[in-house]
Amino acid sequence: MTTPLPNPAIQTVNKAGLSKGDYKGLPSTLCQGCGHNGVAAQIVAACYEMNLVPEKVVKFSGIGCSSKSPTYFLGRSFSFNGLHGRMPSLALGGMFADHTLKAIGVSGDGDTASIGLGQFKHMVRRNLPMVYIVENNGVYGLTKGQFSATAERGLQLKKQGTNPYLPVDIAMEALISNATFVARSFAGDPRQVKELLKAAIAHNGIAVLDIISPCVTFHNHENSFHSYSFGKEHEEPLHEISYVPPKEDITVEDFEEGTTREVVMHDGSQVVLKKLEKEYDPRDRWQALHMLEDAHSHDWLVTGLIYVDPEVPSMFDIYNIPETPLNRTPNEKLRPSREALDEVNRLMF
Amino acid sequence: MSKQGLVVNDFCITFSTVNGSGSATANTTLMRALFKMGIPVSSKNIFPSNIQGLPTWYTLRLSKDGYMGRVEQDDIIVAMNPATLHKEVQYLAPGGVFLLPDDFNFENPREDLIIYRMPVKKLVKDAEVPPSLRDYISNMVYVGVLCFLLGIDLDLIHQALDFQFKGRQKPIDQNYQVVEAAYLWSKQNLVKKDPYAAEKMHGTDDCIMTDGNTAGALGSIFGGVQFTGWYPITPATSLAESLIEYLPKYRVDPETGKDTYAVVQSEDELAAIGMAIGAGWGGLRSMTSTSGPGLSLMSEYIGLAYYAEVPVVIWDVQRVGPSTGMPTRTAQGDLTQANFISHGDKNMIILIPGSIQECFEFGWRAFDIAERLQTPVIVLSDLDFGMNMWTSKKFEYPDQPMDRGKVLWEGDMEEFLAKHGGEWGRYRDVDGDGIPWRTLPGNTHPKSGYFARGTSHNEDTGYTEDPEKWEIIFNRIANKFETGKQYLPKAIADESQKAALGIIASGSADPAVQEARDLLIKQGIKTDYLRIRSLPFDTEVEDFLKKHEQLVVLDINRDGQLNQLLTMTYPAYAAKTTSLAHLDGLPLNAKWVETQILSLKEVK
Ligand SMILES: Cc1ncc(C[n+]2csc(CCOP(=O)(O)OP(=O)(O)O)c2C)c(N)n1
Ligand code: SF4
Ligand SMILES: [Mg+2]
Repeated sequence: MTTPLPNPAIQTVNKAGLSKGDYKGLPSTLCQGCGHNGVAAQIVAACYEMNLVPEKVVKFSGIGCSSKSPTYFLGRSFSFNGLHGRMPSLALGGMFADHTLKAIGVSGDGDTASIGLGQFKHMVRRNLPMVYIVENNGVYGLTKGQFSATAERGLQLKKQGTNPYLPVDIAMEALISNATFVARSFAGDPRQVKELLKAAIAHNGIAVLDIISPCVTFHNHENSFHSYSFGKEHEEPLHEISYVPPKEDITVEDFEEGTTREVVMHDGSQVVLKKLEKEYDPRDRWQALHMLEDAHSHDWLVTGLIYVDPEVPSMFDIYNIPETPLNRTPNEKLRPSREALDEVNRLMF
Repeated sequence: MSKQGLVVNDFCITFSTVNGSGSATANTTLMRALFKMGIPVSSKNIFPSNIQGLPTWYTLRLSKDGYMGRVEQDDIIVAMNPATLHKEVQYLAPGGVFLLPDDFNFENPREDLIIYRMPVKKLVKDAEVPPSLRDYISNMVYVGVLCFLLGIDLDLIHQALDFQFKGRQKPIDQNYQVVEAAYLWSKQNLVKKDPYAAEKMHGTDDCIMTDGNTAGALGSIFGGVQFTGWYPITPATSLAESLIEYLPKYRVDPETGKDTYAVVQSEDELAAIGMAIGAGWGGLRSMTSTSGPGLSLMSEYIGLAYYAEVPVVIWDVQRVGPSTGMPTRTAQGDLTQANFISHGDKNMIILIPGSIQECFEFGWRAFDIAERLQTPVIVLSDLDFGMNMWTSKKFEYPDQPMDRGKVLWEGDMEEFLAKHGGEWGRYRDVDGDGIPWRTLPGNTHPKSGYFARGTSHNEDTGYTEDPEKWEIIFNRIANKFETGKQYLPKAIADESQKAALGIIASGSADPAVQEARDLLIKQGIKTDYLRIRSLPFDTEVEDFLKKHEQLVVLDINRDGQLNQLLTMTYPAYAAKTTSLAHLDGLPLNAKWVETQILSLKEVK
């Protein structure tokens, strides 16, 4: 038995023969209104629309409210909820077992930018082919409201007082570590989250998605970068983004000539970006950094595909591993012969 | 010198050089030549934690009886480091031999010594080598002089150089040329006054010459290692580097030309263990290698692997702690750390190889145990095994097929479901041995996926804080370690002397203990001996404790850690047990063991 059978009771199925229900997880135990719930819902939608088979997806997470969310999507997929800040290494090892799986990692801003900054940057530099989502709320949700490394200077929290430090910008950290896909979005903008997720899933390399995801319980101050109201008012999309699967004709109705830009992904799919105002090329790292810096100074929450380079080999392209997953290697291929040991013994002198 | 007065194949040479001066080639060349003569020979490299410029000592022990332990005094010293001459002289046994370059300023403080001076500068100058190689090649002078003094065939030196340089003619010639010149000079100018001689024998038939890190790596390769995450640290580095050296030779699939393994150098040990555990969870035979500081960093992840029941093998090649300690010196100081590693109640499986051959054997066996029991296995080696060259019995081919443990792939899952009422749960104890069945990512059976976590979970991997469900898992895991003891290497008891006194030791303490027992029996003192090879302890350990009137536990650490664990596990025998623990960074020596045992009150 290899391919799961579609459930005949449900009408709408995708090309994998699966209904949306096949992509669901357990009911969320996060706070009502938590941004993380919205992201989980879009992961379900994106995977459904991309026709992924849940058994061909593997999920990883660290520790935090955000890191709990793999429970709430793709309940049939394998998943490993690891340690605080050290999911990237776990994912790397797990993916070597079967590199044909799509990996989705969910982390928080504390998990990624505080305790996990080192592993984050090394995962990025290795171009591990994985969708790496940071549900960024500027606060430690699970430990009840301490400042995280992405909290802006001057932020006031109940028990913490005023944050005296400058924030870490996850998108910028990813960029300067040579990330091959960097995007930012806002949990209150489900359509954009979903389209970016689809593009990230199509990317053959590390895809960092920094999603501003408000913590309604410990940090939702009106004028703060990580709140819903701020996000709604200050979101400045770089472009409108649509993901077009491989081999489908791109319908450019919505995209007037001269105002769109297409990025062809590794698998032949395309990401179509509709320009808003700025002349922005997501394949120019320098421009991307410049744009982020500019956004900081204007207090803009710039969202969209910030940077992409689909041509860089992924970590698995660099290793000479077989096409069939390493974890399916038969034992005979793992233990060298007696003759090989005789040779080894002759060499030991 | 009459044949009778000769000391044949039973002495010790120390080479005192400056770190980074290239003496390793000269020293291993001599060792190889002696090995080829059939003489059991072992080496101890006492080196500083530095790349260039500090004193380093390399000791070769020739032992016709096959003793491999360290000895306290040297019979011959080759002093190539002018800064330490006066210290060196004191380590020489009475009547010892002192070799040094003829341009060194040295006044002999001891009348009993035999001194040979070597024209190092002149011979090197005569050799046609580029000036940049002169320092390096000067070590070959003492090789030539020793060949003359001890009677080593130059042809064997040539063979050793050929091996060392993998047949590359130029370096072979350059080095050999100097050896030969020094040999000829000695023949014409030296009168042999010392009694030491090397003679051919058959003590290395069926033997190999290697170190424990190479052995551990090769054992892992024959154990089918598929993933290694590692971070450099002395003295473990050469284990991972040996994997990198030998994996491409033995583990490329001839059909596809693809590697059946991956090695990743991580950013730190937190990541090395994380990668290894990820791969172990994914179904790969997975390992990491480190030393004390790295093991400390790995602690939290090891606890996760224990509780989420992930197989992984961790080699700890021990050095002297605490903290950075003495990175280039040996110890058995991580035993309790390994045993109690990570927070909360746990059981840890520890394997302790007691020879180079066992470093190889435990290399493959560790994977069988880890996968069978779905748990981390820590292999405790140390610098003495890991980085020193030993004469060892040949590596033996694994005598058992690989045990991949309880794994369900698609077809297995169908059968399992048919047998078990259509149900499978990752942490259910269906066989009553505490070992559940696991599935691996990539399994496309829709019932195979599960959610692994370090948070409390029920038998079907769901999050729970229900005390009963927590206890079910917790106690089942404990049971797994009880039934699992059958898979561990048993302690080895030698009770042939039927003694009242029992010695207990482990790991690299073994060579010194073996030799000490021979020294003791010559004085009429009988001893039995139990060598621990794994933890948790099993019944044979308790039997030994029960049987002997007096017990001595040897440890190469300050606090007697093996003794601590034994008395904690078997408090009933604590009163008759004495801890003999010693830590100075050097391998244990038999003389010390002998003296300590003789000084015990009750021993007669
Ligand atoms: C080693 C370690 N230190 C501390 C903690 C406690 N802890 C749990 S979650 C968390 C912060 C999570 O913050 P973030 O990643 O931003 O996730 P959020 O809850 O905000 O989604 C901390 C400090 C832990 N689990 N492990
Ligand atoms: S505490 Fe904040 S981050 Fe955590 S679930 Fe509640 S709203 Fe979400
Ligand atoms: Mg957070």
